[in-house]
Amino acid sequence: MILEIFTYLLRFALILLIQLLVVNNIELSSYVNPYIYISFILLLPVTVKPWHVVAISFLVGAVMDAFSSTPGLHIAAANFMGFIRIHYLKATTTKEDIEGRISPTLSQKGVVWFVFYCLMMTLIHHTILFFLEIYGFQEFFATLTRIVMSSLVTVMLIVLGQLVFFRSKQKNG
Amino acid sequence: MRNLLFFISKYYVFFLFFALEISSFVIIYRFNNYQKASFVNYTTGVTSSFYTTVSNTQQYFNLRHVNDSLQMENARLHSQLITSYYQNQFTPKMVNDTIYKQQYEFIPASVVNNSVTKRNNYITLNRGRLHGIEPEMGVISESGIVGIVMSVSEHYCTVLSLLNNNCKISAKIKKNGAFGSLVWDGSDPRYAKLLDVNKHVPIASNDEIITSNYSTIFPEGIPIGRIFSHSLDAGDNFHTIKIELNTDFGNISSVYIIRNLMKNEQKNIESTIKN
Repeated sequence: MILEIFTYLLRFALILLIQLLVVNNIELSSYVNPYIYISFILLLPVTVKPWHVVAISFLVGAVMDAFSSTPGLHIAAANFMGFIRIHYLKATTTKEDIEGRISPTLSQKGVVWFVFYCLMMTLIHHTILFFLEIYGFQEFFATLTRIVMSSLVTVMLIVLGQLVFFRSKQKNG
Repeated sequence: MRNLLFFISKYYVFFLFFALEISSFVIIYRFNNYQKASFVNYTTGVTSSFYTTVSNTQQYFNLRHVNDSLQMENARLHSQLITSYYQNQFTPKMVNDTIYKQQYEFIPASVVNNSVTKRNNYITLNRGRLHGIEPEMGVISESGIVGIVMSVSEHYCTVLSLLNNNCKISAKIKKNGAFGSLVWDGSDPRYAKLLDVNKHVPIASNDEIITSNYSTIFPEGIPIGRIFSHSLDAGDNFHTIKIELNTDFGNISSVYIIRNLMKNEQKNIESTIKN
């Protein structure tokens, strides 16, 4: 159990480092601000208790807020996404998934399911984040463009990360 | 009572989520006003030391560029030195200067963390309370305006970049002195917009934009940029002006923080009017 927690802490540190050092420095356009740190919440095993997911999302958001000098934006977005994730997984996972204690990853659930899951969660997260960032509905269509473009890049990066980091697991399992 | 407890225990996840979500909105609402942005005070101390390590590494790759711009600035300052002027007067008299009193002090700082592509961008500098930095001091680079200090920790401060929704800077057109306020529309870090310039004011492309004398944050006449394009819609009372910024926000590494020594005096006398 302790080992498991340690592994997840390490994974979180790694994802956070990639977010801060690499992804935050992608300067494609001001409409592309991908946030891949949410993949940590997305990839938690399906058996993690619901209130743990909510609490973890809150903490992840708080850490991200601290590193981007934003008060509460990431908390609000990540926490909401964590809550929706609970219900989304309840509706789309089977009994075998839960008994097998799987993580909702690309290799376990298939490409179509995973991409759609990521896209839904990312859209929810980015919608809340970017509308709170501008704090109102001025520049509505610019914000909408920002949400869609950033979400697509985020999903692309998460899928790419799955292909790079989780291939070895696929061979074992 | 038993039913209530049962209800809560059944939906405890929702209640937990709801409580955390509400608390985040309280944080956002409470700290959205940048003058009160003390939230960041708690976090800059920790996160900035991380960003310092990162920027120390990055600065090695920037050294050549920094060297060039410093050399340029040095050359400009050298040419302003008293020794590079020819003295017409044979015996210069020493006078205790009562006409000029120093109003602005410049504190050098280097950028620890910066972003340009977000809607609201922030900059972290390696100067803090220890060096006498306070919120609402102006920040400029050698080429132009950069932003306003937002919150201060012991060794660091965060700066509200000009590229931020909350940043509004009083500016004027150098040629005719027409005032306007400078905002960023969130699309391109090279350009900003100048609002509220009346339609009767004649303007032309390439006109220089500088800071106005209305603010207590920036001295008058700090360069901001040049008019890139302008238009006047029918029935509109104000020009639509796009400004090309002097400062290359993607590439700032050393900046100056401006301390206005007479700020309190001005603030005090202005606050007596309101009451």
